[in-house]
Amino acid sequence: MKSTKDIAALLDEPACEHNKKEKSGCAKPKPGSAAGGCAFDGAQIALLPIADVAHIVHGPIACAGSSWDNRGTRSSGADLYRIGMTTDLTEQDIVMGRAEKRLFHAIKQAIDTYAPPAVFVYNTCVPALIGDDINAVCKSAQERWGVPVVPIDCAGFYGTKNLGNRIAGDAMVAHVIGTRDPDPLPTNSAIKIHDVNLVGEYNIAGEFWHVLPLLDELGLRILCTLSGDARFREVQTMHKAEVNMMVCSKAMVNVARKLQQQYGTPWFEGSFYGITDTSQALRDFAKALNDDDLSLRTEQLIAREESRIRTALEPWKARLKDKRVLLFTGGVKSWSVISALQDLGMIVVATGTNKSTEEDKARIRELMGEDTLMINDGSPKELIRIVRDYQADILIAGGRNMYTALKAKIPFLDINQEREFGYEGYQGMLELVRQLALTIESPVWQAVRAPAPWKIPPNPPLLKGGNETKEVAHG
Amino acid sequence: MADILKRNKALSVNPLKASQPIGGSLATLGFNRAMPMLHGSQGCTAFAKVFFVRHFREPIPLQSTAMDQGSSVMGADENVLIGIKTIAEKSRPALITILTTGLAETQGADVHRNVREFREANPQFADIAVVAVNTPDFTGSVETGYAATLTEIIRALVPDAKDAGTYPGKRKRQVNVLVSYQLTPGDLEALRDIFEQFQLRPVFVPDLSDSLDGCLTDDDFSPVTIGGTPVSELATLGDALVTVVIGASLSKAAELLESKTGVPTYAIDHLYGLKANDVLIGALAKISGNLVPERIERQRAQLQDAMLDTHFMLGQLRVGIAADADLLAAFIDLLQEMGADVVAAVTSCNTPLLAKIPVASIKIGDLEDMELIGKANNVQLVIGNSHAVDTAERLGVPILRAGFPLYDIIGGYQKTWIGYRGTRQTLFDLANLVINFSHEDIPVYRSVYGQKPASEFSEPVPSCH
Repeated sequence: MKSTKDIAALLDEPACEHNKKEKSGCAKPKPGSAAGGCAFDGAQIALLPIADVAHIVHGPIACAGSSWDNRGTRSSGADLYRIGMTTDLTEQDIVMGRAEKRLFHAIKQAIDTYAPPAVFVYNTCVPALIGDDINAVCKSAQERWGVPVVPIDCAGFYGTKNLGNRIAGDAMVAHVIGTRDPDPLPTNSAIKIHDVNLVGEYNIAGEFWHVLPLLDELGLRILCTLSGDARFREVQTMHKAEVNMMVCSKAMVNVARKLQQQYGTPWFEGSFYGITDTSQALRDFAKALNDDDLSLRTEQLIAREESRIRTALEPWKARLKDKRVLLFTGGVKSWSVISALQDLGMIVVATGTNKSTEEDKARIRELMGEDTLMINDGSPKELIRIVRDYQADILIAGGRNMYTALKAKIPFLDINQEREFGYEGYQGMLELVRQLALTIESPVWQAVRAPAPWKIPPNPPLLKGGNETKEVAHG
Repeated sequence: MADILKRNKALSVNPLKASQPIGGSLATLGFNRAMPMLHGSQGCTAFAKVFFVRHFREPIPLQSTAMDQGSSVMGADENVLIGIKTIAEKSRPALITILTTGLAETQGADVHRNVREFREANPQFADIAVVAVNTPDFTGSVETGYAATLTEIIRALVPDAKDAGTYPGKRKRQVNVLVSYQLTPGDLEALRDIFEQFQLRPVFVPDLSDSLDGCLTDDDFSPVTIGGTPVSELATLGDALVTVVIGASLSKAAELLESKTGVPTYAIDHLYGLKANDVLIGALAKISGNLVPERIERQRAQLQDAMLDTHFMLGQLRVGIAADADLLAAFIDLLQEMGADVVAAVTSCNTPLLAKIPVASIKIGDLEDMELIGKANNVQLVIGNSHAVDTAERLGVPILRAGFPLYDIIGGYQKTWIGYRGTRQTLFDLANLVINFSHEDIPVYRSVYGQKPASEFSEPVPSCH
């Protein structure tokens, strides 16, 4: 089990603005009104996309049993990550102290059956509490079977999902990054090739494949995306990048910071959501790499892609212009999605800031103006109220809120990990507008809001125009 | 009759099992204005919630005692007390269940004492039923967690006949129906219809068809379940004519209910297939004193006709099933009634029912076990949850999706499997899978002396359907 000191050290993240002030991002949850995952959840989300690794969850069934194969992230080849593996500890294992032994044999079984390049072992609450030494088990398994076995000590009760992300990142820095040098660069390239990493890019629904061809064209070799569509051998080489990009989330900022400390790699923060941010990210790469030729080619690519996508978006913009959006999503993602929506001429009437830092909020104000409503209370009831009061046409939020919205008969777009559509890059904007229009323009809203015909009073009061549906919507 | 093959490997690969707290939550969600709270770390609840949301596509009320490092080591009594109080104040539900997890049990939690302490300290919440259940995930499965929770709810909330003055038959048309987790909301709707045709009033305990049937209400939002068995209805169970119990996993709950109320129990393992439904219909005729309604007679005859039509596809079909015990037993009876062979039977944990199931062996294991046994026995069709879709794909055979969770189809929770009608549809579904995907063609043979045009000799593209 991690000591309180270890956890405090992980929570103390100098590169995170939450550090400066007591903030809800890492606040203590209250019994009976808690929402959100645990440290194990966060660690698993962060690393599971490494597709060729055997991911073993060490614990009783609940941890893996209800969470394995949560498809969202996609792989271009290897698919071992989709095979659920757990030691499925029994009462006997726990009472008789046989959990460590089971884990040791479980690692062997995974290696024998699937010959993975590495095994990741996720510690959970019960073995942490009974004092299983997973570091020692992993070490001796690695020595015995000759395959890297990485302990990820992420018992759920250590803290939130966010903490789990950091634990995962820490484990990569401590055990994996720096254990192999990258493959040699192709020698016949006409342009200079730079090695870079992306940290916190999960390739949800394959959306990173909208961006990767552009990076290829610019001569940016992605040593590793931590962790969407990644392979173990890619993670090993992350120390050799010239620059790291933190994608859209501070969750694994400790990786960027530690790579800077240990290997001197500079890093910047960016996002591939929206035209403006995608272009900015590409420019930031060129700037960080300090390559004039790359800058020039980047500007040419941006000009070409922006003009292409703006033409393609034109017919959609007319349909979405001035539609009012309530955006409720965590932290940094807020401003990156806002800019994507504003690119479309939509109006963001309110946004969630319960996970945002002061810096994020300043940025949101800059984008949206001073009178923007910032929502701290994200309870379903409150969200519904704001949708009504601000006459929002759509709620954009995490999948958790999807059925809240639908039950209240409010159009909805899922923006989080579990979604089935990819919105990244210039091309992703086309999917985003399609999905937005699909729900906002759907004829079903009228059908579900209107009362059954026999419930309409025989002599309805004279109501004019659009007010009628609004009244009905209030039910 | 079945030989039970115990787990013999260290690593569980592609788990079939869902945990006891999941089962306990599901049982709770079948009561009106209820809120389950898992006593564990936040993740226990988050994972369970996602599990249900993906299956039912509904908002799911589920809370957590949010144990952290300090309370995991030093004791989490406070978490339970604060948790109950917070829910009571915020949503004033009719029922809160406290379901333990592996973490709480390993730590040594005593949730029953916690509930007593809560009661003493908070008389203002006396109207809220609070029931604690031990459901650690290091033992049992969704089936045992569901059964244990139902048992504890009956223990706590059904009054003893001598105290409450209830007696069997006081309510002349009421039949209590204890239903196992394997009955879907769609099944329960069909079952209610069958009971009502006999002029009986079924009280389902619990009733997921009223809470998780995917119904749009006028209310925008509710923090607790909307619909389900009203907690107040539990006080009437002692006045029923009989209690019909569907599912062997509920035998303890049924015994307890009978001992508390004196209402006689009528136990049926499942309602899949002709024979099982004949037992139910015969029983309902007897209980109600009515003749079997013509509509039901007709449905029975329709099922018989379907059995004739589909026996060509299902006879000798080699089937692999991965399911919890109650559901496994149901499918095995149904398939054997049709002359199919269940050649791979895998379940998640040992229960008394398994030994009685009429197959050669049952493996306690995971979906990898089903894949291996299925491969060795050359299965032609697989029955399992959505996780088993990949298994079926690797085996190259079609799958009939059943059980928990069903996340890759819409409306799986609403499918009706039971009764003559549900059985008939299940037979059609099975037969269609065989016709479309599992038909064994004779390979084409071309004579070396043949005179067919040369253009035919290229390999034909295999059709998907």
